[in-house]
Amino acid sequence: MSSSIETLVNREYAYGFVTDIDTDTIPRGLNEDVVRLISAKKKEPAFLLEWRLKAYRRWLTMKEPHWSNVQYPPIDYQDLSYYSAPRAAKTLASLDEVDPELRRTYEKLGISLNEQKIMNGVAVDAIFDSVSVGTTMKKELASLGIIFCSFGEAVHSHPELVEQYLGTVVPYSDNFFAALNSAVFSDGSFCYVPKGVRCPMELSTYFRINAANTGQFERTLIIADEGAYVSYLEGCTAPKRDENQLHAAVVELVALDNAQIKYSTVQNWYAGDSEGNGGIYNFVTKRGKCEGVNSKISWTQVETGSAITWKYPSVILKGDNSVGEFYSVAVVNNHQQADTGTKMIHMGKNTRSTIVSKGISAGHGNNSYRGRVQVLPKATGARNYTQCDSMLVGNQCGAHTFPYIEVGNNTATLEHEASTSKIGEDQIFYCKQRGLSAEDAVSMIVSGFCKDVFQQLPMEFALEAQQLLGITLEGSVG
Amino acid sequence: MLDIRDLRATVGDQEILKGISLSVQQGEIHAIMGPNGSGKSTLAQVLAGHPAYTVTGGSVTYDGEDLLELDPEVRAQKGVFLAFQYPVEIPGVSNAYFLRAAYNAMRKAKGEPEVDPLEFLDLVERKMALVDMDPAMLNRSVNTGFSGGEKKRNEILQMAVLEPRLAVLDETDSGLDIDALRIVAQGVNALRRPDNATIVVTHYQRLLNYIVPDVVHVLANGRIVRSGGKELALQLEERGYEWLTDGAEVAA
Repeated sequence: MSSSIETLVNREYAYGFVTDIDTDTIPRGLNEDVVRLISAKKKEPAFLLEWRLKAYRRWLTMKEPHWSNVQYPPIDYQDLSYYSAPRAAKTLASLDEVDPELRRTYEKLGISLNEQKIMNGVAVDAIFDSVSVGTTMKKELASLGIIFCSFGEAVHSHPELVEQYLGTVVPYSDNFFAALNSAVFSDGSFCYVPKGVRCPMELSTYFRINAANTGQFERTLIIADEGAYVSYLEGCTAPKRDENQLHAAVVELVALDNAQIKYSTVQNWYAGDSEGNGGIYNFVTKRGKCEGVNSKISWTQVETGSAITWKYPSVILKGDNSVGEFYSVAVVNNHQQADTGTKMIHMGKNTRSTIVSKGISAGHGNNSYRGRVQVLPKATGARNYTQCDSMLVGNQCGAHTFPYIEVGNNTATLEHEASTSKIGEDQIFYCKQRGLSAEDAVSMIVSGFCKDVFQQLPMEFALEAQQLLGITLEGSVG
Repeated sequence: MLDIRDLRATVGDQEILKGISLSVQQGEIHAIMGPNGSGKSTLAQVLAGHPAYTVTGGSVTYDGEDLLELDPEVRAQKGVFLAFQYPVEIPGVSNAYFLRAAYNAMRKAKGEPEVDPLEFLDLVERKMALVDMDPAMLNRSVNTGFSGGEKKRNEILQMAVLEPRLAVLDETDSGLDIDALRIVAQGVNALRRPDNATIVVTHYQRLLNYIVPDVVHVLANGRIVRSGGKELALQLEERGYEWLTDGAEVAA
């Protein structure tokens, strides 16, 4: 493989900086008192504290899972701090009051919390470390009855909704990391779209891990009531760090009858240096439940960051005729490891799912697709289409595919396609002969490979993906 | 415009070009003919700067510049175009996007503003008429699933869009039926200008029925064994290559 390709995929992480802000961090370690302290700091109602404590006690009985195709040194859960918030005592009336240092951080990331973005029709609920600091366009959303706020705020303003839906898709007992999250989650986003309402704008949240050694435990809950539609964007960048940072988020989506949720992610957390030191450990549980008939949940993700990614956005297809989709691009480079994929669980009749996974491996990166398609006995007429493609850049990287299929109803139709390809010297030379630089050539070839997934991203986010991947997108998307 | 002097090149340990000299003036069409394995395609690839070939001796001067010193993309930006014998597939990248990216890369190199997709569409549709190509081809992925003839026409379309100063056609006629051959030749002829030049690499004389060369060179075993006018191609058609290549061995 030519050195030009190697150079291109080995560019330094451009977003590695630390914001100097006074943070409110509690001492390291985890016990029931810490769980109570977090709940108390957030002035939570009793039901939530109880839930956290049940999760914590359950977590104590669980073991960290090691079935994935990733390797990392043991994590000392007593050596992490479980809460960190920027000190901001008063409530902010406008964005002008946001800490200027914080604003500059967003500027550096190219994230606009400003008029420009508002005029572009994007409501932003920005998360800095664990606490929301600014929310825009709330009024317009409120006039439609849409609730879009930080999770912490929702706990106070709409405790009945939180109590009704929290843990219904990902119970606290689901897995080790979900249990940990349930016990200590700091903040996240909450969205409720009422019956028959089509959310008129893309909702977006930017997560950013900042304070050193602070485990990040976001909790996001999105509910689309009957006939509702919402498109939600999640984008992530994080500052450069030497020590590994644990990130264990939980995202729950609920779609009732005829409702649709589209959830898109661009993830670019610090992946560690070229030797594999540092970087984020990203152990995420994302799951949606198509509760009602004819409902639809669609996950689209572009994963370029993190030292380790362990993530399987899934859909439980409970309602008859419901639809689940998963479109994924995962890029690993240097010593990054990704074990990612999806689960489609067909419970209702005539449920359909589509899985399109594109894995790109470069450097010493290791990329695994792990997917489960499960058709339960009552899911008459279920259909699944799965396509897993891998692209290799260089000779040191790896691509693996672990598809699991369980069919309990013989009327089901399942298709699985897979391919592995390599960026060829001849492709690069062909592009160069047409006047394109090697960099543009690689971008073009990679974006062509990922086209099926990029097409699923909202226009706004497709541009973000372009910047983060450093690739030029197809004219049809950009 | 192009001056090749005693050019030697290897691939791996094997010397393929063993001292080639030829000179192309603007406005001219040169044909390079020869049997399989004579080094025709290697010459084309070396002029374009393919990394698999190592130049071990000689020089190539293009518009007064040392061509061999330039990166492949810079050669392209300066007007050197290679129509590939085996055009490469780029799945997922639309032909229109690829063409526009190439066109804009050339413009950028010249300090000209890039053109937007609509402006470009006008331009490319006019050029497509030259090679009788279905506009639907613009939306297909570059060369992916194209027939042999479609790939070759696509090469000529790229040439028409990029308007090179020096075009090198590497066995563009191979695998073409007679109709496709005529269309490709028409395209090449239509692009002929007093200030550009074309090198046509071919195994068969038949392409030269449609593209009339000013000079014909016969390559054998890495050397030019005979140069002449267009009538040389006709002689080859009648007598084959042997009468020349045998002579080459003797001369060697």
